[in-house]
Amino acid sequence: MAYVADAPKENFRLSMLIYDTRYRSITIQVIVLILALLFVGWLADNTIKNLAAKDKDINFSFLWNRAGYDIGQQLIPYTNDSTHSRAAVVGLLNTLVVAFFGCIFATILGVFAGVLRLSNNWIVSRIMTVYVETFRNVPLLLWIILSFTILSEVTPPPNAFRVTDEMIASGQAPAASMLLNESVAITNRGSDIPWPLLERPLGGADMAGVPINYAVVVSLLLLAASFYVARRNSQRARKTQEETGERPVVWWQNLLVVVLPVAAFLAWRGFHLEYPELKGFNFRGGLSIAHSFTALLIALSLYTGAFIAEAVRAGILAISKGQTEAAYALGIRPGRTMRLVVLPQALRVIIPPLISQYLNLTKNTTLGMAISYLDLKGTLGGITLNQTGRELECMMLMMAIYLILSLIISSLMNAFNASVKLKER
Amino acid sequence: MKKSVFLGTLAASALMAGFASAGTLDDVKARGELICGSNTGLTGFGAPDANNNWTGFDVDLCRAIGAAVLGDPSKVKFVPTTGETRFTALASGEVDLLVRNSTWTYSRDTDLKLDFVGVNYYDGQGFMVKKDLGILSAKELDGATVCIQTGTTTELNLADFFKSNNISYTPVTVADDAEAQRQYMAGACDAFTTDASGLAATRATLPDPDSHIILPEIISKEPLGPVVRHGDNQWGDVVRWTLNALLTAEEKGVTKANAEEMASSSTDPEVRRLLGVEGDMGAMTGLDKDAFKRAIMANGNYGEIFAANIGESTPIGLARGLNELWTNGGLQYSPPFR
Repeated sequence: MAYVADAPKENFRLSMLIYDTRYRSITIQVIVLILALLFVGWLADNTIKNLAAKDKDINFSFLWNRAGYDIGQQLIPYTNDSTHSRAAVVGLLNTLVVAFFGCIFATILGVFAGVLRLSNNWIVSRIMTVYVETFRNVPLLLWIILSFTILSEVTPPPNAFRVTDEMIASGQAPAASMLLNESVAITNRGSDIPWPLLERPLGGADMAGVPINYAVVVSLLLLAASFYVARRNSQRARKTQEETGERPVVWWQNLLVVVLPVAAFLAWRGFHLEYPELKGFNFRGGLSIAHSFTALLIALSLYTGAFIAEAVRAGILAISKGQTEAAYALGIRPGRTMRLVVLPQALRVIIPPLISQYLNLTKNTTLGMAISYLDLKGTLGGITLNQTGRELECMMLMMAIYLILSLIISSLMNAFNASVKLKER
Repeated sequence: MKKSVFLGTLAASALMAGFASAGTLDDVKARGELICGSNTGLTGFGAPDANNNWTGFDVDLCRAIGAAVLGDPSKVKFVPTTGETRFTALASGEVDLLVRNSTWTYSRDTDLKLDFVGVNYYDGQGFMVKKDLGILSAKELDGATVCIQTGTTTELNLADFFKSNNISYTPVTVADDAEAQRQYMAGACDAFTTDASGLAATRATLPDPDSHIILPEIISKEPLGPVVRHGDNQWGDVVRWTLNALLTAEEKGVTKANAEEMASSSTDPEVRRLLGVEGDMGAMTGLDKDAFKRAIMANGNYGEIFAANIGESTPIGLARGLNELWTNGGLQYSPPFR
């Protein structure tokens, strides 16, 4: 009778960590991890020791000291009596506003350029090729400086708009005049545009230093409610269509529902526009948009738009030609084929590269320092760093902020990507 | 992983570089070259010419120190630094000293761990505007757009001045003088503000200097001087006493031309000590006894350097004013060589 004994249970020996393939990979990973941790620890220790040798420490308390400098463009109230941390927030908001509008404009531009580059019209497709290739292949910094230089050199100085009594007497026109029915002034410093105001404002509150305007809150709430009602109205129309086969005309009802309540509310509070006026050295009143913002926005949108155009083109080319042909066979016109058949499918290919373009655009806003745009790099990483001498702290803080910002953008876009990607069931 | 090792090595070597320069005087002697942090280009104070030869008031002080330490005023390398990078460049050991119209302030001297060892130019902040604006006082600048160099004391003075006079302005922050000049000329700002000496230097390089005026208000005290790292007292002494030697030389009438002759003929004991004939003053700071004589002979005494670079006979045309010797009613005063 054959008798097979159990294989003798091997006792664990230390050498097995190296010679036994079951353990070897774990051993190596643990060693690498320890080495990496040691290296990081050594780096931190070295930094602290060297700072100590120069009598410096790592201390973030400067963030609560008076900043003492002024910032041209501020989205939340800020004076030179505010703290360095508030200056950093003002800078961060300046970064965000240019990144936000930049992403929107670059996407619109990129989609149009990408689609038109595949156009059958030779001239249109060649123009788009020239646009994409020139913008992709010249450094962004040069585009930023170029657009800023153009904006500030070809536009008239504010005093060219001035009309003196002698000029009226002699019937002489000023060297420059405002556009769009005397409402918009473009000087060599910025663009001054009208700004909506209420004669009887609702007042506001201050939440953690951010002013909240009740009139804006009420308008937004009204709009949200109106859109909800309009949506219900459309759903009702669809239901009627499914039941009876005839769709009631609802677009004018929806339009009235959306526009009327807000318009009535604004009219009740005395809505009017404040126009910019030349007073002293500059235009006052209205909203003043500095050229540094405009130039940065233009250059970032055009540059990133060129990359997005390539992503869009690649996405469209990835869709089988059969899809287009099938759509044509059903009698769908080319424009609708692109919009309803090709682009929705191409989106799956386009979104991943789009995420990295959005991240690039956001990080590239730091180049605004070349044209004196005070973003996060200009306030926290520029003036604050300089005036306090806290290089390491400012840099670490700035890197952390940009990291968090990028992670937020990519997680939002990844969520969007997950919602449009091919769902396999 | 590879990348982070590389970056780590970079960071570590940068830190080591800062660490290794504990004795700057020995480092400079061993290197055979003095590295002087300079302006990126401010005519009259520190700017390279077409052949990359640096000239200017601050540059000549660097050359005098180079002559005192190394015996040769040409063994000085100039590293251009902006208002933003200058103190980091000094703290990290990239430059041995900074002679770059930097204002001596309390927090820079203490919190930034730097040492200002003297004042080579007493200055104050002013404003320059185009003449056709018709402005005669800085207090009329309400609502104006003002160009300022970032990372400077002027940035803070400007905010304080407008605040205390209860008037408003729009700041345009620029990185250096050249950019400020471009923006000012293009009309992107109504006024340009910096130290009055810098304004005079900038005005001299404009195409039509007479169509620009410097407003009479001086809104701050800006003592400009050479800066060294905190804690290296020997090197600080070398820089401080080279500057003092140039001042004492002017006071005693020792010039570039007559230094050699004065050394042999003068009977004034202080001149003899200064020029290394009597006593051994140089050795007390780790130099040789002819060190200060060489410093004077590099570009002349303080008055000669002033006159040659920024004085009234140059296009910049600055009067001595506060920078006159104390014997002539100014503030420049050297402690005695004894």
